Amino acid sequence: MIPGGPRRESRRIRRKTAAPETADRLALGHGRCGCRSLEPRRSSRARRLAARLRQGVRHGIAGAAIAGLCAALLGPLASAQQPLVVGSKTFAESYILAEIMAQLLEAEGYEVDRRFGFGGTLVTFEALQAGAIDVYPEYSGTMQHTILSSGADFGSEAFAAEVESLGLDTLQTFGLNNSYALTVRGATAQRLGLATISDLVDHPELRFGVSHEFHERSDGWPGISEAYGLPQTSFGIEHGLAYRAMLEGDLDVTDAYLTDGDLIRYDFVILEDDLSFFPSYFALPLVRQTMQPQVKAILNRLGGTLSDARMRELNAEVSIERRTFADVAGEFLRERGLVADAADPRPTSTLAADLIDNTIVHLKLTGIAVAAACVLGVGLALAVHRSRPLSRGVLYATGLLQTIPSIALLALMIPLFGIGQVPAIIALFLYSLLPIVRNTITALITVDPLLKRVAAGMGLSQSEQLRHVHLPLALPHLLAGLRIAAVISIGTATLAAFIGAGGLGEPIVTGLALNDTTLILQGAIPAAGLALAAELGFELIERRFVPAHMMASRLPT
Amino acid sequence: MHEIIEFLGVSKRFGDVSVFDRLDLDISTGRTTALVGASGSGKSTLLQMINGVLVPDGGRVEVFGSPLPEGRLAAFRRRIGYAVQGTGLFPHLRIDANIGLLGKLEGWSDAKLADRIVELTELMGLAPELTRRYPHELSGGQQQRVGICRAMLLRPEILLLDEPFSGVDPLTRDEIHERFAELMRAEPVTVVLVTHDLQEAMRLASELVVLDDGRVLQADAVRKVVERPATEGVARLFERLQ
Repeated sequence: MIPGGPRRESRRIRRKTAAPETADRLALGHGRCGCRSLEPRRSSRARRLAARLRQGVRHGIAGAAIAGLCAALLGPLASAQQPLVVGSKTFAESYILAEIMAQLLEAEGYEVDRRFGFGGTLVTFEALQAGAIDVYPEYSGTMQHTILSSGADFGSEAFAAEVESLGLDTLQTFGLNNSYALTVRGATAQRLGLATISDLVDHPELRFGVSHEFHERSDGWPGISEAYGLPQTSFGIEHGLAYRAMLEGDLDVTDAYLTDGDLIRYDFVILEDDLSFFPSYFALPLVRQTMQPQVKAILNRLGGTLSDARMRELNAEVSIERRTFADVAGEFLRERGLVADAADPRPTSTLAADLIDNTIVHLKLTGIAVAAACVLGVGLALAVHRSRPLSRGVLYATGLLQTIPSIALLALMIPLFGIGQVPAIIALFLYSLLPIVRNTITALITVDPLLKRVAAGMGLSQSEQLRHVHLPLALPHLLAGLRIAAVISIGTATLAAFIGAGGLGEPIVTGLALNDTTLILQGAIPAAGLALAAELGFELIERRFVPAHMMASRLPT
Repeated sequence: MHEIIEFLGVSKRFGDVSVFDRLDLDISTGRTTALVGASGSGKSTLLQMINGVLVPDGGRVEVFGSPLPEGRLAAFRRRIGYAVQGTGLFPHLRIDANIGLLGKLEGWSDAKLADRIVELTELMGLAPELTRRYPHELSGGQQQRVGICRAMLLRPEILLLDEPFSGVDPLTRDEIHERFAELMRAEPVTVVLVTHDLQEAMRLASELVVLDDGRVLQADAVRKVVERPATEGVARLFERLQ
C-alpha cells in the first residue's frame, strides 16, 4: 500500500487510458482528492471544450445519425429508471459517501440503483444533469471552481442561483471539509510545538517537499508561502514519495488532504490553517431539483454527521483495513442511529460470480458493438469503394471519430443516450468502425487491377466479381481490421465502467479508487485474457477461410 | 458472313492520347489472327475492345454480327475466352477452382466440371495432381497452361489471348505452343492473339495484322505478309521484331 492513494489514482487512470491531455482534462481532472489537478482557469477551458464537443454531437456531427440508428436497434437494452440512482466518482471517499446515501435510502424503503465509479467530475455531473443519476456526493470547492462558470463562493446567493439555473439542488453538507492541508510527523510537531501553519515561520530549517501540482498552483505553495510569509523554500515531489520521505526523516513538511486515511496510518499531524488560506471543500449530496422532497429530507438527515476526523477513519478502514464500502457505510449509519441494526442489506457476491458477471457484460458490450460495426462497416466499404471521393469521405469521417479520446467519447454519449450499456455500446461501435472500414476499403481498392480486368473480361457479373474475386482477395485485410477492432474494443470497454456500463472495468475502477492491485487485476487479467482469446479466435477464422499463403497475420519469413 | 469480329470506324483515346482514329478491321471466323506490333502500337487495346473491357470513343465493334450488348455483357463475355499475360490466375483459388469458376457459376454438376477439367488439363499437359495446388505453387509455364484451360472451359466461340505465352524460356514456350496447337486441333475456335513475338505469330497464326502507332499497316495471311511486306514500314518492323 502506497501512501497518497487518490493522487496516484488519477495518474494511473491516465496511463491506463493513454488518452491525450484533453481527455484527462475533460473527464479526470476535477475530482476531489487526487483529482484536483487543474487550476480553475484551465478547468473552465476544459468545460467549454466539453460543451462544444457535446454541442457538436447534438448537432449531428460525428456520426450521431449512425449512433441514433444503433440506439434504435439497441433500444430494448435501455433499463427503466424506476429506482433512485446514486452515483459516485472514482475515489474511495466518493464511494463511501455514495454508499452511505444508498443504504440510508434503502433503509427507508426506497429501491436504489448504485452507479458508482464515474470517470471524473464532468462525467458524473453530466450524468446528473442528463437525469441518468439522481444524486452523487460533490464538493463545494469543486463546484465553485470546476462546475459553476460564475465561480461564486459556496453559500453566496450567486452560487445558489447558478445551481438552481442548472436544475440542481445542493443538500446539507455532510460536515467534512476535504481541503488541502500542510502536515508534519507527530514527533516533529511535538518536538517543535507546531500546531498551526503560522508556527512554521519560526523554523526556517524545516525542509519542505510538496506534490508537483501543489507546488505550482496559486492556491498551493506560491499562495500559502506568501500569505503566511514562510521563509522556507520548497520543491516538487511525487505525493506518495513525499510520505515515504517524511517517514525516513528526509522531509519535514508536505501537503495532504484533510480526510486522507493515510494520515492516521503514518501518525502525521495536520497544521491548522489559522489564516483560512485554503478554500473549503465541503462534501454534500448534489441532487436534481425534481427529486421528491421526502427523499431530500432523508438525505438531509446526513447533514453535519461526518467530521474530517471521522471521514479520515472511514477512508482508512477502506484503504488500509480493506473493508468493503458497504460494510464501512453500514457501520457508520448504525453508529449514528440513522438505520436500525439490520443485517447488511446487500448480499456479498463471490469473486467467481463477479468475474463471470463482469465478463459476460464485457463480452456483450464488445460483441454487440463489433458485430454491428462489422455489418455496417463492411456494408459501407462495399457501397463506397468504387468511388474514390466517397471512400475518402467515409475514411475521414471514421478517422475523425477515432481522434475523439475514448473517455471523452463515452462522456459525450451521456447527454444523448444516458448512462449504462447503451451509450457504451454505441461508443465502442463508433470506435470499431475505423479499423474495419479502413481495412475493407483499402483491401478492395488495392485488389490487383489485372485480376479485376480478368474477372470482368471472363464474364463475371458485378456481384459475382465481388463475391468470388474482390471479397475473397480482401478477406485477409478485412479480418485483420475486425481483429484490431475487437481487441481495441475489449480494451476500451474497460473504460465503460466510468459511465456505469459495468463489465471488467468495474473492478479496475474500484481498484484504482482503493489503490487495490488485487482488485485491479480482477478486471485487468480477464480483460487481457479476452483480448488474447479474440486474437486466437480470429486466427482460427482466418485459418478456416483464408489460404495459408494469403494470411495477413503470417509474418514474413 | 465470315467476319466474326468487325471494327467499324473505331476511335479510342486515353486522355489526350489518341490510340486509334477511325480504324476498320475484320477478323475472320475459325482462323487464328495474330495482332503484332511494337509495344504502344495499340494491339492490346484493340483486343480489349472485343470483349468490352474497353469501350470505343467513336465507331463501333460488332461481334457475332451485332454490337456489344450493353446490359448483358457478362453473358456475352462467357462466349469469349480470355487469357492474359502474367496469367491473371486468382491467387485464393486452387487450380481446379480457377479453371472451373465459370462452370460453377453456370451451374454445372460437379461431375461435369471435373470431367471437363481433366479433359483440358490433359490436352495442355498438366499433371492431375497440380490441380489441387494454388497458382503460386506452379511454375510460370504451368500457370500459362492453366490460363488457357480456364479460358477454354465453356467451349467459347472466340478466344482472346493477350501475350499469354511471354516471359518463359524458349524451350518451355515451344512446348506450350505445341500443346496449344493440339488443343486448337481438338477444339477449333476463332483465336485473336496479341503478341510482340513474330516467331510465335508465325507459328500459331494463319492471319497477321501488323499494327504501328494505332494504324493497320497490313492485314493478310501470314505467308503473304512475310513474303511481301506491303510497305517499307512493315519490312522495318519485321526486322525490328526479329
